[in-house]
Amino acid sequence: MTASVAGLGGRSMRMRRSVAGGGLSLASGVGLGTALLWFSLLVLLPLSAVVARATTGGWGGFWETLTNPSTAAALRLTIGMAFVVTLVNAVMGTLIAWVLVRDHFWGKRALEVLIDLPFALPTIVAGLVLLQVYGPKGPTPIDVANTRTSVFLAFLFVTLPFVVRTVQPVLLEIDRDVEEAAASLGASRITTFRRVILPSLTPAIASGAALSFARAISEYGSLVLLSGNLPLRTEVTSVRILTYIEGGRNGNAAVVATVLLAVALFVIVLLDIIQRRVTRRG
Amino acid sequence: MASSASVASRPKAVSRPKVRRRGPLTYVFRFVVVAYLVLLVAWPVSLIAKQTFADGFSTLSTAFGDEEVTAALGLTVRVAVVSVLINLVFGLGISLLLVRYRFPGRRLLSALIDVPLSVSPVVVGLSLVLVYGGRDGWFGPGLEDAGFQIIFATPGIIMATTFVALPLVIREVVPVLEEIGTDQEQAARSLGANAIQTFRRVTLPAIKWAVVYGVVLSLARSLGEFGAVKVVAGNVGGKTRTATLAVEHKYQQFGADNLASAYAIAFLLAAVAVACIVVVSFLRPDVSEKR
Amino acid sequence: MAAIAVTSLLVLSACGGGDDAAGAGGGEQTLNIVGFAVPEEANNAIYETFKETDAGADAAGEPEGSYGASGDQSRAVEGGLEADYVHFSIEPDVTRLVESGQVAEDWKDNETDGIVSRSVVVFVVEEGNPLGIETWDDLLQDDVEIITPNPGSSGAAKWNILAAYGQAIAGGASEDEAKQYLTDFVGNVAALPGSGRDATTAFKDGTGNVLISYENEAILARQSGEAFDYVVPDTTLLIENPGAILEDADPIAQSWLDFVLSEEGQTEFVKKGFRSVIDDLEIPEVEGANDPADPFPAPGTLLTVGEAFGGWSEANAFFDEEDGFVTEILQESGKAE
Repeated sequence: MTASVAGLGGRSMRMRRSVAGGGLSLASGVGLGTALLWFSLLVLLPLSAVVARATTGGWGGFWETLTNPSTAAALRLTIGMAFVVTLVNAVMGTLIAWVLVRDHFWGKRALEVLIDLPFALPTIVAGLVLLQVYGPKGPTPIDVANTRTSVFLAFLFVTLPFVVRTVQPVLLEIDRDVEEAAASLGASRITTFRRVILPSLTPAIASGAALSFARAISEYGSLVLLSGNLPLRTEVTSVRILTYIEGGRNGNAAVVATVLLAVALFVIVLLDIIQRRVTRRG
Repeated sequence: MASSASVASRPKAVSRPKVRRRGPLTYVFRFVVVAYLVLLVAWPVSLIAKQTFADGFSTLSTAFGDEEVTAALGLTVRVAVVSVLINLVFGLGISLLLVRYRFPGRRLLSALIDVPLSVSPVVVGLSLVLVYGGRDGWFGPGLEDAGFQIIFATPGIIMATTFVALPLVIREVVPVLEEIGTDQEQAARSLGANAIQTFRRVTLPAIKWAVVYGVVLSLARSLGEFGAVKVVAGNVGGKTRTATLAVEHKYQQFGADNLASAYAIAFLLAAVAVACIVVVSFLRPDVSEKR
Repeated sequence: MAAIAVTSLLVLSACGGGDDAAGAGGGEQTLNIVGFAVPEEANNAIYETFKETDAGADAAGEPEGSYGASGDQSRAVEGGLEADYVHFSIEPDVTRLVESGQVAEDWKDNETDGIVSRSVVVFVVEEGNPLGIETWDDLLQDDVEIITPNPGSSGAAKWNILAAYGQAIAGGASEDEAKQYLTDFVGNVAALPGSGRDATTAFKDGTGNVLISYENEAILARQSGEAFDYVVPDTTLLIENPGAILEDADPIAQSWLDFVLSEEGQTEFVKKGFRSVIDDLEIPEVEGANDPADPFPAPGTLLTVGEAFGGWSEANAFFDEEDGFVTEILQESGKAE
């Protein structure tokens, strides 16, 4: 599985098959070994520990944790809300990328900063700022604190950049000739968009959607002050895991964590497949 | 209608359509996008600045006068710097290995590198506790007996912060390394330069900007980590409480001074995040169609 | 690249060394306090006074304190968080450390049975008490939204729930009727934050209109300028918070505990709104109390865990994750949504 991932500002890290490189020399072999050791100690080993710990209770323990009403509710809320937010992002992200690429107006550069800000802003600060505006003491009559809407809002905030940044470079590269041709043949703008542009964008949208989904289900910090963390109502999976950890129940925590990892992996792979299918067809 | 011939001198100019329909839809889109971004991002974030400076500079000076705040800021900066350095060194190394060499599992490694971006910070914390925790971690008890405490101490915070920012340098550098190719490096080698000289004189200057972007993004991410640190740190005021944890802590304490400190720290963190984004954004070439 | 790697390693090790030196402000000995969320300010105030005494002459400039939800903190110490002295909300959180061998079994063998601070369960309301909440039954009104912490992590939560349940029984209800009261009570709960302090913060932020909390938390909030009022209900529960020294603690920890239990130590607690564990202590005026001259009125009926429930092992069973009736009620209420 190689997800095509775009860095901020639109670089794509797709591993090319043909790389002008040779095999490993001794020095680079040692380098690789060191790098792998560091990566294992820091990332691979700990993540495996999570999966390992999750399986210590056997399937029975696994299932028991997942059927705990609060845990099941947290998973449903998190995955469901992440799904909705991803759909919104697919549309809004494409729209934003469109405006960034195709439109020109004073102050557009400032929008670029706004889009990337959720990526760099500490999540606890994000929660604080959202609470300021959309909480009980905010300047608007809107008060989403301690409701599911707050979860939606927080997810929307932190996943903002992902679809935009994957779609933008693709949109930039699109050859306008085909659009011109379609227009000159009498196609309406909508048809042009649907038949000509959208197919080129779909892989990028899928890729961004995968990142957006994975990010949303992982969110924690912005919900601490905003959502009330009410079990069975506004408690998300990360909070549930933390409750287990602080309760000394690392086994249960590991089970839920593994489910999160699996869901993220599943969505990433699924969208990667969709992406390949569309690319092959187009 | 044929597209304009590329007589243009600018190499990256996209062929310009002669017809430029700027109908009402354009304005609608523009409005929707701007409204969305303002309501979701600009307005909330600007309120932090408003709250912080509501009483002029007194909020900031109160905050800086509080030992707990300065300790938290100091800890965060120290941790972030170390974490960025580690990710820079190993990030460069891994980028070079991924692009310039072939070895079994290369594609797998490349995919795994991206994993930290999709993992919940709480899970990051949990994973480190399970391995390095002092009571029943895999390595924890052994390490603590040897004198190295990781969980509930600074090394744990550094590890958690390094984990979450791990892919950022690599994601910036790898595409550039691929783009520039090996011609120049091979030329340098054939002229007698050794590996280190080649790296310093040929490769590094070429990837310089990618490295800068990666470092700046890593820095922003490292300064802002919250969930993972919450799990591994123990929240000991003055010792293992980072700036992000301090925001939460101060917010929960009584008194206007403490609330002001919470906003002040949040403002500082937000300001640094904005600065990082602005740096990266302005250093990059404009990613929109040229006029 | 090698140079960078070496530099970073040096920085890394310097960081580790630096932290140890950071704590030692005045004297040599650092005191590691791990406490539940609410007494942070009180413990810091006591420490300032402690430093002045002979016993505390050697103490460092600041204590190293970690404060959070009682249950979470207890587990953290069990899991390796460094501590010399622990001050938790409920006894089971100390018992956990006895079982892990970190606290001596005879920790309770002193004049106060291990208790270092006291309070009572109160209702914290908005200024002026607009909803007119005075009794436990008033909490069941339609427009009431209760904030109380989550019993899974918070000690304060358990005090609150036990008070709610116990007062029904003390008022003559049967066990089933009392459980029904609790069900209705939980039905009115708007949020279950992680700790006592988290709950106060949520209330401050505008969530809910009545907070069930410690009397000392309400008093401290008012001292700091928060515009709350609080009501001491006629029947309420005596809150007793235990404090204990760990087995491998620095010797200064014992001096600290002695000071905490002394008249000066308890006076500092009183100034921050706690009730004294020493019976005949002269109480100064306590700013923030409903009546600063008489800050700690005796409620009509004051229940204790020992008398009402037969001790903490019985009471704690109510909260058992598997078959405690409180857990069941909490889960049922969520499903009813």
